[in-house]
Amino acid sequence: MAHEWLFVGLFLIIGIGFPVIPLVLSRIVAPRKPHALKHQTYECGMETVGDTWVQFKAQYYIFSLVFVIFDVEIVFLFPWAVAYRQLPFFAVLEGVLFILILAGGLVYAWRKGALDWV
Amino acid sequence: MPEMNIGDFLVYLYDLLGWLLGVIGLHSSAVSLLQKLVAGFVLANFAMLTPIFTIWLERKVAARFQDRLGPNRVGPFGLFQSFADIVKLVIKEDITPVGADKVIFNIGPVLAVMSVVGIWAVIPFASTMVGTDINVGILYSVAVGAIGTLAIMMGGWASNNKYALLGAFRTVSQLVSYEVPMIVALLVPTLLAGSMRMNDIVAEQQVWFIVAAPLAMMVFLVSSIAEVGRAPFDLLEAESEIVAGFHVEYTGMKFGVWMLAEFVHAFTISALAAVVFLGGWRGPLVDQYPLLGAIYFLTKTYVVYMVLLWIRVTLPRVRIDHMNALNWKFLVPLSLAVLVVTALVGKAVPADVSAGGRALVLFLSNVALAVVSISLLAGFSRKLQAVEQVSIDSSGAGG
Amino acid sequence: MNATPIIFLVVAALTLVAAFLVVTVRNLIHAALWLVATLFGVAVIFVLLDAGFMATVQLVLYIGAIAILIVFAVMLTRRVMQDVGPQRNSNWWLGAIVAAVFFVAISSLLWRTGWPALPGGDVGDTVLALGRSLVNPDQYVIPFEVASVLLIIALIGSIAVALPGKQSE
Repeated sequence: MAHEWLFVGLFLIIGIGFPVIPLVLSRIVAPRKPHALKHQTYECGMETVGDTWVQFKAQYYIFSLVFVIFDVEIVFLFPWAVAYRQLPFFAVLEGVLFILILAGGLVYAWRKGALDWV
Repeated sequence: MPEMNIGDFLVYLYDLLGWLLGVIGLHSSAVSLLQKLVAGFVLANFAMLTPIFTIWLERKVAARFQDRLGPNRVGPFGLFQSFADIVKLVIKEDITPVGADKVIFNIGPVLAVMSVVGIWAVIPFASTMVGTDINVGILYSVAVGAIGTLAIMMGGWASNNKYALLGAFRTVSQLVSYEVPMIVALLVPTLLAGSMRMNDIVAEQQVWFIVAAPLAMMVFLVSSIAEVGRAPFDLLEAESEIVAGFHVEYTGMKFGVWMLAEFVHAFTISALAAVVFLGGWRGPLVDQYPLLGAIYFLTKTYVVYMVLLWIRVTLPRVRIDHMNALNWKFLVPLSLAVLVVTALVGKAVPADVSAGGRALVLFLSNVALAVVSISLLAGFSRKLQAVEQVSIDSSGAGG
Repeated sequence: MNATPIIFLVVAALTLVAAFLVVTVRNLIHAALWLVATLFGVAVIFVLLDAGFMATVQLVLYIGAIAILIVFAVMLTRRVMQDVGPQRNSNWWLGAIVAAVFFVAISSLLWRTGWPALPGGDVGDTVLALGRSLVNPDQYVIPFEVASVLLIIALIGSIAVALPGKQSE
């Protein structure tokens, strides 16, 4: 099986190498006339105030938390889906139960307002 | 010398290469490594040079949609416009903003391209033409795509720009949110085909999965558009609000590489949709001439691409709270419901029913589900309008 | 000619270097990105072990989800990315001893476990076998369902902790 993955590895390396070519080409061809103003942070002409790395609201974090939970769930379901055809009906029901329990979690998050953008 | 087969010409070339390398006395493992390298190189070329055409196509078609002419100066029908753009991007000065994290700033776009091009390793062009048919193909396409999310985070963070960081935050929260319905939608064809191998999924589609799982395809397309971040889900680069989002500080070819990643991504999801829902390389006469399959596959891919383009030029940008609500309160529950219904109905149909009959039953259950969800949405919409009416009445026009 | 051991050694060495950098780099985002590199190395090792499904799961979950979560957490809680404080406190030797004891304990455990040998030849589709055993009442159906309950508990807990209270607004 590992030899099937060899292609993936090679392909990813090629995929990294490819976009580097135009970047290198650009480095050779493009002019370079550095100027202090040119390298300023671009904020529509305004001067930057304070640090860039300001704190953002926790909303983004909650969404990614919910996402992580669902991602883990779905990964569990993939082997179940692959085996689906050979499973008896009650085994399919077990998978459905798994989904329904998680759907309960979604309902909870919804009720709590965790899914609202404020 | 391998036997000449015009119906499978590219595979013949591949075998011929292996034969030639064997003749000059290379070890068999070195031969197969070199064969893979050459094949990978050709495939990567295909994936990365396609945008030269699709960008022209997109500009031309979008222009016709908007009653304009589009590019028409460089070459016949403006066909060489993209080449002119590439030359322009290459000879532009590359500026790295002060205070940027140089290494991460440069790695970002390269990783973004790698993540979308990497998906092509598992896309079957024809029954005999597939980069590698790993047994987790469909999950691999999601996994590699996930690296792109990280690349955007890196680019936005390293730019040392508030707009870029804000854009990156928006982007990443949108991408991770829409990944959930997208993966669930991909579970449906996995379940129907009983395999995650791309070629198995295509081979199982005696009846295209768009018949058995139209709702799953719809969920997949909508969430994929959001994954690519094009209109109507382009609020991650909303020009009028956050300048251009995470790539505001990128100039010249480095910006071009971000663009390349986006356009390759759009084409890639069209290809994924064609493979998973539209029967990939299936079509008349593919058994005799596997190369025909590649033509069918590319035709289907371009059809999906045109649908994406149509959506892009027609719909206005959604608001961020609507974007979130659409995902978590509509697409995620809907995709879970589709999965449960497909699993239950698929098992309830007796095993001796033909593939067509099974697909028909699944189609009808999808229609029933669609009717239920549309009526739920209608009720919700009426409720929402009533609430908004009250708030307008009580607080005047200001709200 | 078998290149697998060579690939393994190179990848394992790179993974260890990345893991070392995670704890020594001062910039928190850089540390998080080195963590991603470490996790990617682990994914490659899974591939070398013929566990393709685990490798993709590693990519989807750890790089696609948990790494993003960590980067978000760092950005949302810290104003300063560059930690200027001392990297060690006065109890560093205590931590070193505990870590060493754990390392010895775990590695001796790994050493003494009799690992089942892989069956030779074609083992069939491992994902299919995994899927069947997950819902087989004689095998892992209870852990499978408990995992779902565990996930919902995690979801409820994280929302309870992370959601800003309504009364504070």
